[in-house]
Amino acid sequence: MEVSWALLANAVIAGLLLGGFYAAMSVGISISFGMLDVVNIAHPAFIILGSYIAYIVNDRFGFDPIVVSLVVSPLFFLLGAALYRVYYYCFERRGQESLRGLAFFFGILFITEVALVLVFGVDYRMVSTRYGDVTWRAGEVDFPMRLVVPFLVSMVMVIGVQLFLTRTFFGRAVLAVAQDQLALRLMGVNPVRVKELAFALSIATAGVAGSFLIVIQPVQPAIGREFIGLVFAVCVLGGMGSILGTLLGAFVLGLAESFTSTFFGPSWAPAVSFGLLLATLAFRPSGLLGR
Amino acid sequence: MSNKIFAVVTLTVAIALAAVTQLIPNDYFFTAAYTVLLFVILATAWNILGGYTGYVNFGSAAFFAIGAYTTVFFYNAFKAPLPVGIVAGTLVAGLAGLGLGYLTLRLRGVFFAIASLALAVVLYIFVVNWDYVGGARGAYVIQPREIPFGLPRYIHLIYAVQLVMAAFALVVARAIEKSTLGRGLAAIRDDELAAECSGVPTLKLKIFSTMASCALMGMAGTTFPYYLSYIEPSSAFSLSYAVNSIAMPLIGGMMSWMGPLIGAVLLGSVQQLVQVTVSSAWNLLIVGVLLVLFVTLAPNGIMGWVDAWRRRKGR
Repeated sequence: MEVSWALLANAVIAGLLLGGFYAAMSVGISISFGMLDVVNIAHPAFIILGSYIAYIVNDRFGFDPIVVSLVVSPLFFLLGAALYRVYYYCFERRGQESLRGLAFFFGILFITEVALVLVFGVDYRMVSTRYGDVTWRAGEVDFPMRLVVPFLVSMVMVIGVQLFLTRTFFGRAVLAVAQDQLALRLMGVNPVRVKELAFALSIATAGVAGSFLIVIQPVQPAIGREFIGLVFAVCVLGGMGSILGTLLGAFVLGLAESFTSTFFGPSWAPAVSFGLLLATLAFRPSGLLGR
Repeated sequence: MSNKIFAVVTLTVAIALAAVTQLIPNDYFFTAAYTVLLFVILATAWNILGGYTGYVNFGSAAFFAIGAYTTVFFYNAFKAPLPVGIVAGTLVAGLAGLGLGYLTLRLRGVFFAIASLALAVVLYIFVVNWDYVGGARGAYVIQPREIPFGLPRYIHLIYAVQLVMAAFALVVARAIEKSTLGRGLAAIRDDELAAECSGVPTLKLKIFSTMASCALMGMAGTTFPYYLSYIEPSSAFSLSYAVNSIAMPLIGGMMSWMGPLIGAVLLGSVQQLVQVTVSSAWNLLIVGVLLVLFVTLAPNGIMGWVDAWRRRKGR
């Protein structure tokens, strides 16, 4: 195949834009799995839930999906807090998180998916936005707005989370939980409370990322599964518990997927994240920026 | 009861049951029983790694599909009969388990869990893009015209084979559970670091139990292409296999070979009923809800209740 510069440049731009969106999807996993050691494999289910809420409001009232998701993010926050409560009392406190906790989240993932299928069916749903069909062209390179807008909001969100974690008292407490829970107790901070709030934050980011997803592509309940590998791949690839690593990992994955679908065909793209995940686990489990 | 006696008894019962039930006039019985038996094998196999060793495998569907697609491959390539497919599918799935275990079992258990999920998606995409075994369109596997033992229809044979294979899976699971190997696995489950320090060869044992578990899952899939004489990727890789093979041992109880059997027979039968009377989406929802309820409220499952009741009686 003749490789033209325009094709290459388009693949790079699409990969970077996609990577920014992947960072938004994975930043929650970076918090819950990377820092709190809560293996929330139901994370993509909350992303899909966010997509559907954005879809319903957009369909009824025509509001912008991303604005809707920001408005309802406190609900996701509360949902996350409640979920962590259940997880803590049923599993973490009894030391059963490794097997039963995983099965619990798997069950949550499955219930959410099936419930959405029962309510909305398996049809693909999409939203209508003012920028959905607009594309900027710079020379031969396309900047489709349905990718650019989520990319920009994603960047704001991810950098916001990073600033929150490094600059605020509470954020530093979250980082401390990741390092040494006992020491935190000795400082008079309750690690469970900190973990609850941090987990709630991670679910809130999932809800917002869901609105990006439905702006970028049509959504149906079962596609959540494909993102499980993706979010964990980004988190592990970047290095556990490092937000900047997550950002880097997301860009690497976005580029890898974009090149794969440009040069080998889109049907192979979903395999990239899982292949990358397996390779990372096998050869460099501490990730790119791992501690 | 020694392993040999248990094996002889279980296999005899299975063969006798397979022979006697052939008299049942209702054809639907065989279709339903085939599915329940398939879940018995999957749940028993999952429990060898999940229940005995404490490692969660989310990729049951992948190994099941490996078994099924190995049969399809040998059928397409050599017109191989069913027994060849069964042996080959079991071996290939075992090898896949060996590879996955070798790559990820050195790390924390959760990485194995995530990698198993990843494997399911990678294999799914691989099969969708592989035209030789039908790709996304699916593949037809013609049921042979002559059916051995003078059985009326092919599903009767598939059902009997599945019944014997389920008995075999139970025998293997029980043999592992009662052996020194099983004690090593239990030590890993309870405290891997302590086990390693006491001289248990943890990595070897983990890889062995992964291999055994995955091979049995593959075995469950080998008859699947003949079941409807058609197979396509999204049914072979259905998430319901993964969910059921986790839910059934958790609901039945994970500490002994009986738990997955009880869980699979109960949950499998309930699903067959719901599927016929209500709908298949509802039956998946029921499995998910039961999984979450049991894991939060009754972590030791039905066998846990039985044990508690026995202890109370014994006192």
